[in-house]
Amino acid sequence: MADTTREAARPVPPAAPAGPKRAAPAPRGPRLSRRLTPWLFLVAPLALLLTFTYAPIANMIAYSFTDWDGVSPELSYTGTGNYTELLTRSELFEVFLVSGYYLVASVVQIVLALYFATVLSFDVRFRHFFKGVLFFPYLINGVAIGFVFLYFFQDGGTLDSVLGLFGADTDHAWLGTPFSANTSLAGVSVWRYLGLNFVLFLGAIQSIPGELYEAAEIDGASRWHQFRHIIAPGIKPVLSLSVILSVSGSLSVFEIPYIMTGGATGTETFVIQTVKLAFQFNKTGLASAAAVVLLLIVLAVTWVQRRIVPDEKVDLV
Amino acid sequence: MTRRTLARTLVYLSLALATLVVLLPLAVVLLTSLKSPQEMADGSGALALPDDPLNLDNYVTAFRDGEMLSAFGNTAVVLIAAVGGTILIGSMTAYAIDRFHFRFRKLVVAAFLLAALVPGVTTQVATFQIVNSFGLFDSLWAPIALYMGTDIVSIYIFLQFIRSIPVSLDEAARLDGANAFTVYRKVILPLLKPAIATVVIVKGINVYNDFYIPFLYMPSEDLGVISTSLFRFKGPFGAHWETISAGAILVILPTLVVFLFLQRFIYNGFMRGATK
Repeated sequence: MADTTREAARPVPPAAPAGPKRAAPAPRGPRLSRRLTPWLFLVAPLALLLTFTYAPIANMIAYSFTDWDGVSPELSYTGTGNYTELLTRSELFEVFLVSGYYLVASVVQIVLALYFATVLSFDVRFRHFFKGVLFFPYLINGVAIGFVFLYFFQDGGTLDSVLGLFGADTDHAWLGTPFSANTSLAGVSVWRYLGLNFVLFLGAIQSIPGELYEAAEIDGASRWHQFRHIIAPGIKPVLSLSVILSVSGSLSVFEIPYIMTGGATGTETFVIQTVKLAFQFNKTGLASAAAVVLLLIVLAVTWVQRRIVPDEKVDLV
Repeated sequence: MTRRTLARTLVYLSLALATLVVLLPLAVVLLTSLKSPQEMADGSGALALPDDPLNLDNYVTAFRDGEMLSAFGNTAVVLIAAVGGTILIGSMTAYAIDRFHFRFRKLVVAAFLLAALVPGVTTQVATFQIVNSFGLFDSLWAPIALYMGTDIVSIYIFLQFIRSIPVSLDEAARLDGANAFTVYRKVILPLLKPAIATVVIVKGINVYNDFYIPFLYMPSEDLGVISTSLFRFKGPFGAHWETISAGAILVILPTLVVFLFLQRFIYNGFMRGATK
């Protein structure tokens, strides 16, 4: 509707006749091409967006009402059968309990990241070294992390050896029971992702003007008060972004448990289960229904979060 | 005064503890990678130092039997194509959205925004069918297309930078007779260099470390990227921790080198990527 030619002309409609050059209608060719220009830039991005994001969502919703196995040309509509199966077969829903471990872990992670970001934004010796050490795990390959920690929790591995130094009992199968295995895996997840939260918080804290601290210092505010009244409000947007990332992250855990335990001893997460349903047991229909449920939960969480903490930074346009 | 000293001591103590927690698991794996199978068998424990700190036999085994050379090659191909494509796609999208007023513009923006809320792992079952129907399954093209097509973060980064480029520069170029493509190529792209650096870092690290997509879409052994090749170690090398450790260190080492050289840019890249 508003191509650039018309947009330029719009503010001066009554004066238009006065400017004979501008009043002359633009030739049809260039005008059409102008209108097309933005679309030429958007063809490839939109094609990719539709093909790899929207088409899968649409297909997934369609599959979720069928009994399709993912390969055969035949499929029949089963109505809401897959959803009832999901809700009634409790073992399919139990995987969400596993997410609870990761949810608790992300609370620990955010608190630790906040603490280290606050401490390291003030003058501390070897600041850059500590920053690097805390952030580096985030950059490491997930499979390598999986192997490092498989050895860490191994019988007679790193953890047992360290505990042995303190004379503690060194015979503990860390990945042997569901509780201990999930706690260990969630701990690995904190180890891995702490650095990202830390760097985000650090960036937000550094963007708070320094005079605020000076003024607070003069007023005799303690470090805690500075944190409470200057830092915490200053980083609220990043904090709420981190919360939402951790909720959706906790629901979609895959790599670490898949690499380390393959989902054994009660460590199967929702995504591991979905991947197994779809690609090992050929239950594409059921897997799709599961994925739709996960997607709805994530969207609901995002929506709730946006309602509670309205984010002033979403003005993309 | 003493309270301050105590607080400082506690702060340093916590930092030292965190350093230990981060570095110890990695250091032990490094130690293990230098041990011989005999040393592993004699049960001296994970913390024991290797007899010969220059024993690189395990690295040779890992590199050769893990087909690490081809894995690094495949990773490099995917990395370059995906990062290059992301830069092109992201900057074009941002340019079109920020510099033009056209019908359905709001709808397009909303479509990209909404896509950012959909976690990629949730739609993988259906994405798989689409990739398969294009005949891209089990080829290097599958991850390249997926990395390019799903990246919203880079669009945000480019959009933010394009907004800071004054429109008067475009207009000046237009007056000199440049068309939209020339403006994009000659004016916008060169000025986007800092944004491109950010995207290269953030995207590059994600692609280098990703496991999920190559694992699902490229099951062939000769299409292994470093994640999947390393993952395959678990089978044949079962309990040979000295070889597995060497493989893990081989994969971590390039990241460490890049990190040490580009530290500052990497921090900035991630801060920019997240704060939109």
